[in-house]
Amino acid sequence: MNPPNKAAKFIWLLAVVLFILHQDYWWWSDQSIVFGFLPIGLAYHAIYSLLAALLWALAVKFTWPTAWEAWADEQDQERPRN
Amino acid sequence: MTPYIPLLVIGGYLIGLLILGLVSNMFFRGTSGDYFVASRSIGPFMLLMSVFGTTMTAFALVGSTGKAYNTGIGVYGLMASWSGLIHSACFFLVGIKLWAIGKRYGYTTQCQFFRDRFESPALGYMLFPVLVALIIPYLLIGLLGAGAVVRGLTIKMFPEVFASTNGAIPPWLTGLVICGVVLTYVFVGGVRSTVWANTFQTLVFMLTGIIAFFMIAKALGGPSAATRIVGEHSDKHSLLMREGHIGRWQFFTYLFVPLSVGMFPHLFQHWLTARSAKTFRLTVIFHPICIMIVWVPCVLIGIWAAGKGLAPPPGANQNAILGVAVKRLVASPWLAGLLTAGILAAIMSSLDSQFMCVGSMFTNDIAIRICGPKLLSDRQKLNLARGFVVFVVVVTYLISLITTKHIFDLAVWCFSGYAALFPIVLAAVYWKRATGPAVIAAVFVTVAVWTFLFKQSGYGGEYLLFSHWFGETDGIMPVAVITIACFLTLVVVSWITSPPSAQTVRKFFPDFKREQTTQ
Repeated sequence: MNPPNKAAKFIWLLAVVLFILHQDYWWWSDQSIVFGFLPIGLAYHAIYSLLAALLWALAVKFTWPTAWEAWADEQDQERPRN
Repeated sequence: MTPYIPLLVIGGYLIGLLILGLVSNMFFRGTSGDYFVASRSIGPFMLLMSVFGTTMTAFALVGSTGKAYNTGIGVYGLMASWSGLIHSACFFLVGIKLWAIGKRYGYTTQCQFFRDRFESPALGYMLFPVLVALIIPYLLIGLLGAGAVVRGLTIKMFPEVFASTNGAIPPWLTGLVICGVVLTYVFVGGVRSTVWANTFQTLVFMLTGIIAFFMIAKALGGPSAATRIVGEHSDKHSLLMREGHIGRWQFFTYLFVPLSVGMFPHLFQHWLTARSAKTFRLTVIFHPICIMIVWVPCVLIGIWAAGKGLAPPPGANQNAILGVAVKRLVASPWLAGLLTAGILAAIMSSLDSQFMCVGSMFTNDIAIRICGPKLLSDRQKLNLARGFVVFVVVVTYLISLITTKHIFDLAVWCFSGYAALFPIVLAAVYWKRATGPAVIAAVFVTVAVWTFLFKQSGYGGEYLLFSHWFGETDGIMPVAVITIACFLTLVVVSWITSPPSAQTVRKFFPDFKREQTTQ
């Protein structure tokens, strides 16, 4: 990957925050319903999935491994020693 | 006639799949490279659909519904939301690098890559049986899921022919038909056919999943009423919460399970089909959303079925709940058939990739290694691949006839094996100091610890470690212990063995700064 820059560090920080937020102990025994039909524990994790998508969209936008991409697109050099 | 309409719809769907396989064959270039990696020509949308369809098997639909039926909404947090974060991380941080290395040096399978990266021909022979052995329970999940769903749908349909299953089509027959259809379209068009079929089937199962959700909700008086019934019929451990069903340490240590995508051999092969690195962007971003679209309805259907008091048919387990819910709650036989076809689509979209990769691995990692690359013609390579696939499918099919395990738990054991090997692929692309002997030792330790714990679990049951410390319903997932054992072995043995050669390090760890300054 590219050397860490400010954007990469920020995205890593977001990933760590998201990682911690997975442990939603505060809803553990909560049976509340949101939107009329979704148990709160399920709604929270559905939103969590959307946040994960957002995180990876930011990662793609700001930390794309362009060097690896260019390296792979150079002409094929070696073949596996089968 | 009406009772048989669902079966006619399913039959029509299966025939449609066969036709799709034949059409994709018109684009087949006749080479082994096209058969195994579709000449690295797959675009972003098809990569997203094929990777997502491959990771979402019977586990995602049949297994999640059945598990939610017993355990409640926490199932989503256990697997789906962790997977949204960790799968995409694996695609982004590991998958793109593997694709780049695979493209640059022409790799087709994991073993080829690991053999060169760790300078160890023995490693390829050692990893092959481990990866194949782990894929068998994965295939088994598909066959069990298909059998359970069709059984749930066809109860009392053929009372005279299938008296022992209460008139339902028995799982052995469903498994036979499903294997036949998938084998046919995989054999006809190789990985291109697999990707086409995956894309089509993924769209089908996502769409039908949403339809099923609304139809079942409607039959229960709407989503609000359906959820309210669950609350009213719950005891102190309601299915609307996690308390009493899932332990906190169990919930946390499930995070290791989705690491399996980094080591799935069939995903490795799908990554290699990508046209360019940019092809991955859509997959990395939208994979968590696709998971959510499929899992939220399934979990809700599972708890609604429990609230409604639905039960698996006699002799079946929670795997059959989704099929039972469709049969009991969807009034239109046409829709019931379509929804079941959608469930089968999810199952087949994984089976095909697994069949495909098993054949690729045998041909490239065993047959060509033993016979030499020039001795075998392209035609012989393809036939060898097909022959080995048939062998593995027959073994899996025979096991499916005698096993009665829950799909969710069996899948977790399968994923645990692959996940535990994840430190190896991570080290392969990020740690120059990782050595071949260390990887061999790590594989040995992983196999030993996994086998021991699998036996302790009663060969595929739910099993938590250190429960005496964490409480009756809590504990550490075995996958956490196995992964850490693999990781520690890899690190310790790497440090006490000779580092890889400078040539190998240069080959797999390009110095981009240096390349730029010398240009």
